[in-house]
Amino acid sequence: MSAPATNPVQAAPPHPLVEIWRDFSRNRGAMLGLALIVVVTFVAVFADVVAPYGPAEQFRDAFLSPPSWLAGGDPRFFLGTDDVGRDILSRLIYGARLSLTIGAVVVTLALAVGVTLGLCAGFFGGLVDIAVMRLMDIMLALPALLLAIVIVAVLGPGLTNAMIAVTVVVVPHYARLTRGAVLSELGRDYVTASRVAGAGPLRLMFITVLPNCMAPLIVQATLGFSGAILDAAALGFLGLGAQPPTPEWGSMLANALQFIQRAWWVVTFPGLAILVTVLAFNLMGDGLRDALDPKLKR
Amino acid sequence: MLKFIFRRAALIIPTFIGVTLLTFALVRLVPGDPLEMMAGERGLSPERHAVLMEQYGFDKPLLEQYGIYLMEVAGGNFGRSVVTKKPVMQEFFERFPATVELALCAMIFAVVIGLPMGVIAAVRRGTVIDYAVMGTAVTGFSMPIFWWALLLVLFFSVNLGWTPVSGRLSAFYWVDARTGFMLIDSLLSDEKGAFGSAVSHLILPSVALGTIPLAIIARMTRSSMLEVLHEDYVRTARAKGLSPFRVVAVHALRNALIPVITVIGLATGILLAGAILTETIFSWPGIGKWLIEAVRRRDYPTVQGGVLLVATIIMIVNLLVDLLYGVVNPRIRHAAERT
Repeated sequence: MSAPATNPVQAAPPHPLVEIWRDFSRNRGAMLGLALIVVVTFVAVFADVVAPYGPAEQFRDAFLSPPSWLAGGDPRFFLGTDDVGRDILSRLIYGARLSLTIGAVVVTLALAVGVTLGLCAGFFGGLVDIAVMRLMDIMLALPALLLAIVIVAVLGPGLTNAMIAVTVVVVPHYARLTRGAVLSELGRDYVTASRVAGAGPLRLMFITVLPNCMAPLIVQATLGFSGAILDAAALGFLGLGAQPPTPEWGSMLANALQFIQRAWWVVTFPGLAILVTVLAFNLMGDGLRDALDPKLKR
Repeated sequence: MLKFIFRRAALIIPTFIGVTLLTFALVRLVPGDPLEMMAGERGLSPERHAVLMEQYGFDKPLLEQYGIYLMEVAGGNFGRSVVTKKPVMQEFFERFPATVELALCAMIFAVVIGLPMGVIAAVRRGTVIDYAVMGTAVTGFSMPIFWWALLLVLFFSVNLGWTPVSGRLSAFYWVDARTGFMLIDSLLSDEKGAFGSAVSHLILPSVALGTIPLAIIARMTRSSMLEVLHEDYVRTARAKGLSPFRVVAVHALRNALIPVITVIGLATGILLAGAILTETIFSWPGIGKWLIEAVRRRDYPTVQGGVLLVATIIMIVNLLVDLLYGVVNPRIRHAAERT
């Protein structure tokens, strides 16, 4: 996103996107988050080029080798190796690909389902509204991680099922948010005008009203990225998400647990990767919230 | 006020019935035969299978099964564990005190640190202190607590040897479980040093579990304080010549606390549901560890009953928070009474 050249005519108001970018770029935390996200995304996309080794490549001569800058470290392995001689840096880089994919898939699916449910509840009201929102209440009655675990328990452990579980768990947030935004938009004149002009319900829902409900959804989606990465890592850590030898950050941590006393680096770096990525999305989400809608500011 | 309480309480019932539907569906949605899944590799003889089918009622029509389930739950029967054969309700309440103890300590940690942090950040808005507090808060909020807990163990238990690695009490002591709360039980017992041991076992789990609530409370307190500090009554209090401390701590904070109390209450509800990750890492014998073990053992009746009990606890806590909110915020109460 870059700011186009400003309009020479001073009186004309700047394009809304320019204005949002100006507010956003003033927030140093948000810019830091954005920079981190760019770096992580770059590393994830070009993992094959950036990573020194493959994620499952084993070096039989270097089990639990400490990071290269420490005494006894092997210069080949910057962040050291794990218990079966795999380069931790390479596994973290491939793990970034996995975590960002998890975030993207979960947020996309949750947006699609949640927004549709919220739109239906807001538009049709009555029984549809009650049914949808009660269902969401029921799902919110359980802690998110517990509900995700129960869903994985039913579907069976694995990365795909973990993603499904995390998606189901976050849908109520998007549905509630959309319904709230729709209800506040429905009474506006432009909706009535569109209706009078003969717009059908689908057009009203997705083309007329939805674009005006986007601000809170964009913020929620950005913050949802971090939530999804965190929850999927937690499931991986509990052995219910990605299975070994997949280089998923959470399951890397779980495998490293038994070496915590002998080799701190196998435990430290995967967690740091999770923290930095999650932090980046949270910082950017906060910045977006402030830029998109000052009223939303917590 | 009574009408207000009844109104809020009645709202729980449909959600509760919905959760029973969810837990009922849970066992039926397991792909394949749940009995075979629970039996595991040993397998089941056809005769035993038929007996179990009848015992669990899987041979009846679905609607009838749900009716029976609902009646059982209404009668306080939440099923029996396949592994231990004990009633789920009994197993739940054996572990619940451990979870409550940990949740309360974590919450106390979060409030004692988070609230002053938020207040200071609001009062010193835009300064280095504000940025430091908010930076800490967003980091805490982003923390994968399973990793944070491991780091705490690595540093304080393994390297420094200050605190124990896991459990609730050192193996040197034996304390009768009179209340289930280790802090109280160890005080009641004759064992010297047992209380100190119980406290030292609680520190790291409380810090790990309290970190995210702490971050949320600090952020909430700061933004709530910022709103209140601009109000006329705060200016009046300042103009009266009250000390800055009194203005902030008494006049502003009291009003800023209303939304913070809600956040604290809701977070407590979630902590009371059992801290799955923290309890797993510290081998804390609470609800969270119990549930995840039941999931791993495919002990479906325990998962089913446990989830329903957890949901019930959360609903009750949320109701209490709602009511408390009505008490501390008269505007809500009067609005509800008028309608």
